[in-house]
Amino acid sequence: MTARAPRVGVVTFPGSLDDRDAVRAVRAMGGEAVPLWYGERDLGGADAVILPGGFSYGDYLRTGAIARFAPVMEELRAFADAGRPVVGICNGFQILCEAGLLPGALIRNAGRRFVCRWVDIRVETSLSPFTAGLVAGEVLRVPVKHGEGQFVARGDELDWMEGDGLVVFRYCDPDGALGAEHNPNGSAAAIAGVRNEAGNVVGLMPHPEHAIDPDLGPTGGQPMFAALLQSALEPVASGIR
Amino acid sequence: MEVSLKPGLLDPQGKAIEGSLPALGWSNVSDVRVGKYVRLVVDATDLEAATTQVGDMSRRLLSNPVIEDAVIREVVEDAAGNGRA
Amino acid sequence: MNEPLHRRLGLTDDELESIRSTIGRDPNPTELAMYAAMWSEHCSYKSSKVHLRNLPTDGPRVLVGPGQDAGAIDVGGGVAVVFKMESHSHPSAVEPYQGAATGVGGIVRDIISMGARPIALLDLLRFGPLTDERNRWLFDGVVAGIGGYGNCIGVPTVGGEVHFGTPHSANPTINVMCLGIAPADRLVTAAKAPPAGSLLVLFGASTGRDGIGGVSVLASRTLEDDAAESRPSVQIGDPFAGKLLIEASMEMVERGLLEGLQDLGGAGLTCAASETATRAGLGAEVDLDTVPLRQEDLEPFEILTSESQERMLAVVVPERLDDVIEVCTRWGLGAAVIGRLVDEGGTLDVRHRGAEVARVPARSLADGAPVYSRPMAVPLERDDLLGDDPTFTTMTTPVGDALLRMLSAPNVASKRWVWEQYDSIVQGGTVLGPGGDAALVRIEGTLKALALATDGKGRYSALDPYLGAAHAVAESARNVACTGATPLAITNCLNFGNPERPEVMWQFAESIRGIADACRALETPVTGGNVSFYNESGDSAIWPTAVIGIVGLIHDYRLAVRHAFGDGTLVYAMGETFPELGGSEFAESVLGVVAGRPPALDLERERALHSLLVESARGDLIRSAHDCGDGGLAIALAESAMAGGTGFAVSIPGDLPSHVSLFAESASRAVVTVDPVRASELEDLAAELRVPFARIGETGGPRMVFDQIADVTVAEATTAYEDAIPKLMSGERVLREAG
Repeated sequence: MTARAPRVGVVTFPGSLDDRDAVRAVRAMGGEAVPLWYGERDLGGADAVILPGGFSYGDYLRTGAIARFAPVMEELRAFADAGRPVVGICNGFQILCEAGLLPGALIRNAGRRFVCRWVDIRVETSLSPFTAGLVAGEVLRVPVKHGEGQFVARGDELDWMEGDGLVVFRYCDPDGALGAEHNPNGSAAAIAGVRNEAGNVVGLMPHPEHAIDPDLGPTGGQPMFAALLQSALEPVASGIR
Repeated sequence: MEVSLKPGLLDPQGKAIEGSLPALGWSNVSDVRVGKYVRLVVDATDLEAATTQVGDMSRRLLSNPVIEDAVIREVVEDAAGNGRA
Repeated sequence: MNEPLHRRLGLTDDELESIRSTIGRDPNPTELAMYAAMWSEHCSYKSSKVHLRNLPTDGPRVLVGPGQDAGAIDVGGGVAVVFKMESHSHPSAVEPYQGAATGVGGIVRDIISMGARPIALLDLLRFGPLTDERNRWLFDGVVAGIGGYGNCIGVPTVGGEVHFGTPHSANPTINVMCLGIAPADRLVTAAKAPPAGSLLVLFGASTGRDGIGGVSVLASRTLEDDAAESRPSVQIGDPFAGKLLIEASMEMVERGLLEGLQDLGGAGLTCAASETATRAGLGAEVDLDTVPLRQEDLEPFEILTSESQERMLAVVVPERLDDVIEVCTRWGLGAAVIGRLVDEGGTLDVRHRGAEVARVPARSLADGAPVYSRPMAVPLERDDLLGDDPTFTTMTTPVGDALLRMLSAPNVASKRWVWEQYDSIVQGGTVLGPGGDAALVRIEGTLKALALATDGKGRYSALDPYLGAAHAVAESARNVACTGATPLAITNCLNFGNPERPEVMWQFAESIRGIADACRALETPVTGGNVSFYNESGDSAIWPTAVIGIVGLIHDYRLAVRHAFGDGTLVYAMGETFPELGGSEFAESVLGVVAGRPPALDLERERALHSLLVESARGDLIRSAHDCGDGGLAIALAESAMAGGTGFAVSIPGDLPSHVSLFAESASRAVVTVDPVRASELEDLAAELRVPFARIGETGGPRMVFDQIADVTVAEATTAYEDAIPKLMSGERVLREAG
């Protein structure tokens, strides 16, 4: 147990929206939030970095396609390659996929419409910054709000991901059972979040930063941010598991 | 068939792309406009019938005539006697 | 066409005369275009001003009343709440996605221009019946457009209302309300007078041909030359630019870099420049060559009247110009000095390519439009409609069946299909989102929250416009009170047909009278609003629809009251039910008629009910509260049960026929539940405040039981309620998208 609060960077791109909420969530859970600007090649001495939700560059061309070339992303790539914790929430997840730091891609929701609703997600593995210390099978209630959240990957890539345990969250019912009616966007295999092979980078479509304050609703985001703050101060992730 | 925004209308996508290219090293690009490409197969008696039908479909459904222009780029007859647009 | 230019632009001969005598000569075509835009009904309110003067606009909390970009009230703690509602119905009928999107963009810019950060949106929509393909197309496009823009700029859409009515088939109504927050001492208002020599900085998007409508007759290119480009252009919104505009503007305001800020909306640059100059009591010089253009070949009148979106006009003293430009550049926005405020004579002086193209008094443009007292006449069919009261029509449908039919009526059914397309939680302040009586958005750093609701009573107003408008005020205030918040002030959107028809003008005047009486009784002043006339095609006008947007305040949002039932509570009907089915949802859905007199409205009883609801909340006395609105008591009970997943057993007292007591829409009523141990406390409070009440039953179990009259499971009701709109909309896949 360390005396210093973990420093978590939150990047703001032009069009980021939930950056303020991510900052608020980090602080509420006991961390020190470090606002980062997309235009600067500087991660502010952060122990972990969050790419938040929003509509960077209006989602124009392809969601996340333009943001991945922002100056801050060069530093972020080196940070991720060094095994430090990186989290992508919603648009952040999309940016990480476009940047090749996570497998797969996010496309338009199967229902073709934006969806904002509370969902249940099941933890599939504890090997990610958002699930460290959590038990596989645990169900958390969090909100989704997106129009381009359908996770897709080529058949063989999907097989490899499942085989290597790269799926971190799946959409489910309150008891953890899967089903089409619990999948808000038609994602392959009900995938809500994935990790990289090294297990230090995770992305998910739901918004745990909006599930922290009990005055506003369910608090499924609290265990996730607690896990992130814990991961932030741990030694660097040690490669392929 | 190519569907694009009518000239003169604001294209936010094109504008955002155009603004991002210089940061990647290309400052000699202008006038970016983003459109859609629609491909389909029509089972019709001849090429003319297929072309007419594609025109109707594009006006009523495939494009929004208020803000978009639809241009049939190519109609070919395939082995089965279908029109491919 | 041999019609004179001024008439083709929409100006009357008398208006031309007025212009001539003001400027002492004939106006040139460019000046005529500027006047045509500024003196249009939409920009000048010439048919409505005379009546709008009768609205109560004063109050101890009012910081800014009607006349500026938005209204503002003081909510204590040095915080000002800025809010306004606008209509964008005509553009949405042509291109629903972009029409709705740019409607959101426009109202958001009105809030920013007062120096406030937008924190909530609400939208009130009216369409024709969804059984018609075109109405489904409009509904789909409008909801997608509001979501597409609102979600992308990061302002949560937290509430609103959607109704369907035949008169809206050709004329959908789209009203959007926005609310923002600012430190009360930092509001950007007309009170701060910029000095002469201040620079006019146009920032945001470049200027194209968007929205050039009637004045396009001035295009010097003939229609054969490049018809596609000369035709009036649909305004396209760019929400990404809108978001950048919010951030850049907020930074400039927070750093104190501005003397004034104005958004460019209707009549574009002409409006922004003339209003800015007029408010400052100065003149202005504008050089069109400095305006960033999307296409090079725009003519002066086009640059002056373009309604290209996402543009703002900042008033900046020269010493701060560099800072302002730097902020814009950092946020990726274009910015250009296009002119300045000058001391001489109050004229707006416009130059282009080295020549003077317009020179007119700014005040004449901004405030000089004639004010019309148009003739009014009571509509001929009125007495027939009123007299044809459905209250005592024999009812043969079993009440249980009628209830299910009502729950699946589009006007009553769940609007989840709509609000799940809106991000209602961004910015992390939403305590109560869509689906309840009112939305609650907290004020960051405090325990206070703002309660927001909208209401419009088109069907009642078709029968009695005075009552309909008064009911809209009363019900929106009641919705706020149900959450435990005190109603404070309103904004409005007045949607009517052609004001040149005496019947329409009469409906308008009566609606104003209704709003005024209700606002005075409930102490909710009008801080501003919008008038939308000409909502008609051929002989078909919309129902006169005065839409109210209301703001209330709760001091501790942890004490907010929701409408969902919990187990084991006692159910009370607060208020009194009278035999009145005139204009009701029941009459339309089950009996198939729109006729009769709308329910009576006793504003003193309404006030008393609001006090009871607010007091009860403050004392943590009640477990739930829900307004009795469309569909009356039965629907209020059913909605509370479905929201909580908990049924009830009630017995309605009195000897009215059961369908009347269950579905009448009598005003000033709410369904309230209370823990048995505190019931007598509630009854005492109601008696003290002189609110009639009746204990009608208790909550619990999976069924909704109405004495011997009806018995429906919560599950069955929920299916009818939730499936209605999705079923209607999935009938036809709508593939037209924007962009």
